[in-house]
Order: sequence, then C-alpha cells, then structure tokens
Amino acid sequence: MTPHSQTDLAQMIADAKGPLRIIGGGTRAIGRVIGETLDMSAMSGITLYEPGALTLVAKAGTSVAGIEETLAAQNQRLAFEPMDHRTLLGTEGTPTIGGVAAANVSGPRRIAVGAARDFMLGVRFVDGAGNIIKNGGRVMKNVTGYDLVKLMTGAYGTLGVLTEVSLKVLPAVETTLSLTLNGLDDAMAIKAMSAALSSPYEVTGVAHDPSTATTHFRFEGFAASVAYRAAELTKKLSAFGTAAEAQTDWTAIRDVHAFANNQGDVWRISVKPSDAAALTAKLGATAVQYDWGGGLIWALTPEGHDLRTAMGGTAGHATLIRGKGCGPTFHPEPAPIAAITAGLRAKFDPRNILNTGIMS
Amino acid sequence: MEMPVPSALVISRKQQLVSRLREVLPHDAVISHISETRAYECDGLTAYRCPPLCAVLPANTAEVAAVLKICHEMNVPVVPRGSGTSLAGGALPTADCVILGVAKMNGVIETNYDDRYIRVQTGRTNLSVTGAVETNGFFYAPDPSSQLACAIAGNIAMNSGGAHCLKYGVTTNNLMGVTMVMMDGTVVEIGGAHLDAGGLDLLGVICGSEGQLGVVTEATLCILHKPEGARPVLMGYDNSEVAGQVVTDIIKAGVLPVAIEFMDRPCIEATEKFAQAGYPMCEALLIVEVEGSDAEIDAQLALIMDIARKHNPVELREAKSADEAARIWLGRKSAFGAMGQINDYMCLDGTIPVSELPFVLKRIGEMSKEFGLDVGNVFHAGDGNMHPLILFDANKEGDLELCEAMGAEILKLCVEVGGCLTGEHGVGIEKRDLMHVQFAPADLEAQMAVKDVFDPKWLLNPAKVFPLDASARRRVA
Repeated sequence: MTPHSQTDLAQMIADAKGPLRIIGGGTRAIGRVIGETLDMSAMSGITLYEPGALTLVAKAGTSVAGIEETLAAQNQRLAFEPMDHRTLLGTEGTPTIGGVAAANVSGPRRIAVGAARDFMLGVRFVDGAGNIIKNGGRVMKNVTGYDLVKLMTGAYGTLGVLTEVSLKVLPAVETTLSLTLNGLDDAMAIKAMSAALSSPYEVTGVAHDPSTATTHFRFEGFAASVAYRAAELTKKLSAFGTAAEAQTDWTAIRDVHAFANNQGDVWRISVKPSDAAALTAKLGATAVQYDWGGGLIWALTPEGHDLRTAMGGTAGHATLIRGKGCGPTFHPEPAPIAAITAGLRAKFDPRNILNTGIMS
Repeated sequence: MEMPVPSALVISRKQQLVSRLREVLPHDAVISHISETRAYECDGLTAYRCPPLCAVLPANTAEVAAVLKICHEMNVPVVPRGSGTSLAGGALPTADCVILGVAKMNGVIETNYDDRYIRVQTGRTNLSVTGAVETNGFFYAPDPSSQLACAIAGNIAMNSGGAHCLKYGVTTNNLMGVTMVMMDGTVVEIGGAHLDAGGLDLLGVICGSEGQLGVVTEATLCILHKPEGARPVLMGYDNSEVAGQVVTDIIKAGVLPVAIEFMDRPCIEATEKFAQAGYPMCEALLIVEVEGSDAEIDAQLALIMDIARKHNPVELREAKSADEAARIWLGRKSAFGAMGQINDYMCLDGTIPVSELPFVLKRIGEMSKEFGLDVGNVFHAGDGNMHPLILFDANKEGDLELCEAMGAEILKLCVEVGGCLTGEHGVGIEKRDLMHVQFAPADLEAQMAVKDVFDPKWLLNPAKVFPLDASARRRVA
C-alpha cells in the first residue's frame, strides 16, 4: 500500500484487515515486524521552510538528504546529526525524515545539542483506528496541551503513522576542528571525555575507539573561537596526554562503519557514562565503540546472545540493532511501565496492527 | 470561569478523609481548617480562588504514594502544587479536592559532575538547583522569570521555559528522569542518569502534562558548565517591523544568541519611569545577548552589530563592563514590575512564527484601540514567545471580563498565524476553553486518551487543560 495523502492513509488504515509494516526508505529495519507493507515514500516534500525562524516542515516520506541539501543552501543544518543506518545494516534505499522521527535517530552531536526528539516541534499522524491527529506545531516554544510530539518520536510507528513533522533547525558552522588523544584505556578515555564535557569549551562530539585506543573531540563554530577552545581543552586534558589535531571521520563514527563488515550481532546500549567502561568489560563483546562521552556504547557480539543478562543491574537499556540476538529487540520494561506502554498502545492502536512486534 | 460542580459525597466525607490522611502523615502535614486551607485557594492567577477541602504536605515519595492511594480509593480529586506561581491557574483547587503540596520535599539527593546531572526532590526551587552546583562552576539552564520561587515540580508540570531557551531549550530538553507516583499510589521510575530513556518517550509526555498524569517527586536534571562569559547589546528602532527584521537577519546570519528580548514603547516608557535604566524612547528595543569565551563573544557581536547598523538604529549600545551589562538588563528585568505599578495586568504568552511579529504587533495595537485597554509588549523575540501585558482595573466592574475577551482575541490571532495559545505558562484553567481554537476534536481525544491510561478515574488536577465539554463524559465516569 502506498498512500499519497493523509486522507488516503486514514482510509487504508481504517480498512486494513491485518497487521501493517510501515516503511519510509526501509533503511532502518530492526525488530521482527510482520504484515502488509505500508510504504510512506510517496508522501514527500518540504511544505514550509523559514530560515529566519529556524523552522522546517516536511512530509514524512521526504528524504533526509533532500532536507539537508535545502538547509545547506541557507547555511543551516539538522543539528542532531541523524545517523544513516545503511552501511551498518547493509540496507539500500533512501532514509526519510519520518524514519528519523519514528526511531528518534541522532548522531554524535546529540551529547551537546540534544536528540532528534529535542528538535521535533510538531507532528501529524494517523492512529491505528484511522483518526487523523496533529500535535505541537511549528513554533519553538509550545506547551499547549500534552506533548504527543515526544511520545510519537521514537515510538517506531506503534502509536500511529507519521505523515508530517516540523523541525527546529540550527545555523551551520564556519569551522570544524578535531583533536585526538592516543593510548588511553576505556576507563581513562571516559574520564577524559567527561572532563571535556564538564568544561566550558563546548565540544560537539566526544567518542572513543578502543580498537585503536583513540579518543576524539570535536569543536565547531567561528574560527577564532574554535582555535581558542581547542587550545584551552588541550591544556585541561594534559594529564591524559597531548591532544593533537586530527582528521576525524565523524560520519564513520556516527554510522558505526567499524562494525559494518564484521559478523555478529550489533547492540546499542544507553548508560551513564561513568558506568560504561565497567559494563563493557563484562559484556563479552568482540568489539565496542563509545559515543556521547561514553553514554552510548555500540557493541559487536557473537550471534545469539542477550546482552541484558550481562548488563545485570546496570541502569540503562540495550537495543538489538542488527542480528538475531535472543530475547526481545528492545529492553524489557519493569511491570508498571510495561502496563503504561500497553495501555497507550491499546488506545492508539486498538487492533494492534501498526508495526506489530517491533518494540517487543 | 466555569468549574465542575464539586462532589457532595466527597465533601460529606471530609472527616473520614482527614483522619485516614493523618494515619499516614504527621499531624502537622494535614491541613484541614478553613483558616489554613485558604492559604492554598489560588496560585499566580489570583482572579480565581477556591479553598480546597484540605491540603497535605508529604515529606517523601512514600508519603505521596500513601496519600494518593487513599484519595484514589475514596475518589477524591487531587491538585498537585509546586510553589503556586502558575500564571494559568494550573494549581487552582476545587472545593472537593486535596491540595498535594511538594514544598517540604526540597532536598538534593545526588550531584554528579562527571556525568553532569543533579537529582533533586521536586519541591526544590529552580534557582536553588543552580545554587547547589554553582560553586563547582555548573548551572541548571531553564530560567523562568519566577525562578527564585517556582518549584521544579511546577517546571516539569508546565514544561517551563525562560529567556535563554533559544540556546538551551526548555525543561523537557533538560530533564533526564523522574520518580513519579501514579494516582493509585504506584511508584514508577522513568529515565534516569543515562542519556535517553528506553521504550516509548513517557518522560516527554509527562513533562508538560500539568500534573494530570502523576505526581513527580524526584527529578534527574542535566547540569552544564557555565560559559566563560556573556555580553548583551542594546538596540533601539523607530519601527517594530524593522526590529523584527533585525531578529530574523541575526538568526539567518548563523549566530545563535542565548537571548533576544523585545520591548515596545508602552513598556519602555513604563520601565523608564520605574527603573531609570536609560533606555532610548523608541518604538522597539532589542536586547541581544551572546555568551562564550571573549573570542566567541567578539566574533558574534561583530556580526550582530553589523546587522544592527544596516537597519539604522536610533541607539546601539554594547556593554563594555559588567556594570553596563547589568544596566542593559535592568529595564527588561523590571518590566513586569513596572507595568504592575501602572495598573493590574494580564500576561499572555502565545507563541507565533518569528516572521509574523510585525503583523501581530500591528493587530494587537488595533485591538488595544477597539477594546479601549492599553497593552505593553515585552517578550522573547528569538523564539516568537509573545508576552502582551493587557492593563485593566480590577476594581472596575466588567474590566476583567473585557481584558479576558481581548486576551482571547490575541491568542486566537496567535493560532491563526501559525502559532499556539501558550509558549511557557501552560493551559491551566486560563486557556482551557480556547483549546478548541487550536485543536480539532480528534487532536483533543488523542491527548485525553493518554490521561485515560495514566489516571483512569480522572482524579488528578481536575478541570484543567481540556475544555469542560470535551472532558465531560470522562470526568463523570
């Protein structure tokens, strides 16, 4: 099924006889989804862009690349730096803004500016009963009614099918500069990254690759300011070694290229940065990569394990992004939270037909 | 303002309720005599008052859970209250409700500078969160004007903003986790010190739900290292349209100021009389502040001053010292107080797309003439969050109603041009009946469906947010 308008979509959902598998560009297929394909790519196009108001509105099937190109022409960008999953997952197709919203996809800059959900100003969607609903709007400050924009962001289509999103965009930057420290073990690297993030020098990316023992720091902004901040942070980090300017490939970090051609399951783990090193030590992973100053761990593991067993009581959660794993794709929730989740699903998708099974 | 008829049954069982509450709380934490409950009869929206049936002041999550369990069993409505500074009537009691005040819960539970968070009890005031971490060079970013008094509980309920949210975002962008008590007494933990909560973004929908989904007792908040410095520049223009263009040009130029504040002539005149900040008499005054290292500030201000000059300002003043910076902010910070000296006022907070600023200001000027009430405008221009202050005389018969009618027209205008009814104060009772202007029935149904899940009996903070006709069926059930 390929709806061309919101009304089309509402009719298709109301008439649906069984489960629907929602796809935008089909590049982020995770979880075990069943049902007839509902292809949102035909609902595409930027409907409003006001550079002076830092606002862009686009239909869900609009390509991320198209949006980035339009923004770049006005010297602006999607500050949350959405990851492109194609290399890691071996998928083809065109990533869409609806997919970014549905999966709350962010990149390394998330640690400095916030996640996709923090830049979402408004949504239009069709729920599982075929109702057309809007929430939020196109302005930056809006507390009118409940914030279903956040609820829909990261719901993987299980509460409704997104048809349009409004986004806050930000100015692009004049200069980018990266520094690296070499030879740190995981625990020391996380200490160094925390020191950078706890400074006034506004790093916009902090990542660590244990395979090469390289810790990366990114600065962005006006040239004079970038040079000053990099120099000051170098002084602050002198106890960890001598930071040197480097040509860090932040796209490769964002998209986890390092695991692309390696066999095994890929997990995405969200934890408190200071817990990260101790946690990875007990995961039994083949390889790990840290982003967000240690708050995000990418782990490559032998096939068929459930990492939650190894996580034990560590606060946070793990999602199986690639592979067979064992157990559910998303982290199991404590009973009272699971009850709320089930309650919301029953309200927004009473027949349980939207992306059934994806978040369990 | 129409409120639901209080439940005679609940009121008739007051004594039984009070004695059950006293079984789970210390004696002085249950307030039931009318001489004392009157202290809770209103919040910052003082035009509406109603003493609650009783008030409770629990000291921790367990006590909150015990109170809610009893109220749930006895079908008693509960109105959660932070510091009572809501301008929208978000904590207005009903005659059959228990006010649940979080004022006693004001402790710091944990601070962690490596992972950059603080965990507090939610009765703690906004400013004292920063107070707890500033000796280490950190701060909590959201800064509502009432930050000296307002509680984190209320900030979370209303998703409060502030002057600096163009750069730092609002409460929801700085909230990492909560401990929340559901209406039936169940305690849930959502999110925490890790960066993003798993599963559905429940934290996102709880923040800004105006205390209708649960009572948040503890919160994990992001803290940031303070910037090295900040510097404001003041610019005056003889035309608000030009000032609006300056705002747009600054944003388009790739600079991201931490604040862009706007004041119009009525506001400038009032604040000059009140605070003598030395502002130029003109149609539109902008205060633009940037922060960072000296190098960062110099680079940004050079760009901003260039843009400002191109539009022929009547005044352009860069702060050269801390004292000059303070003087630039003095008038803006005393604007509300100054307007209050002239008259009673009603403060609206609709948001509009920045591009609509000149048109909306012009229309507000016309409405001021039509209704015969003066209006001053002082607001966060960078994000389009307007604050029209409508002056009226509370002692003059019919003036409040006239003021409310004009306020409603202004808010409808905000929605018409692509904005919303409220940018940071919340809906409360004040804008409840205007929700139909912004939302279609299906939009409101979807929001109410969320409340059905969290609070099936609809006991938490009754008669707020949703128009009474829209919620009638659920409230009766």
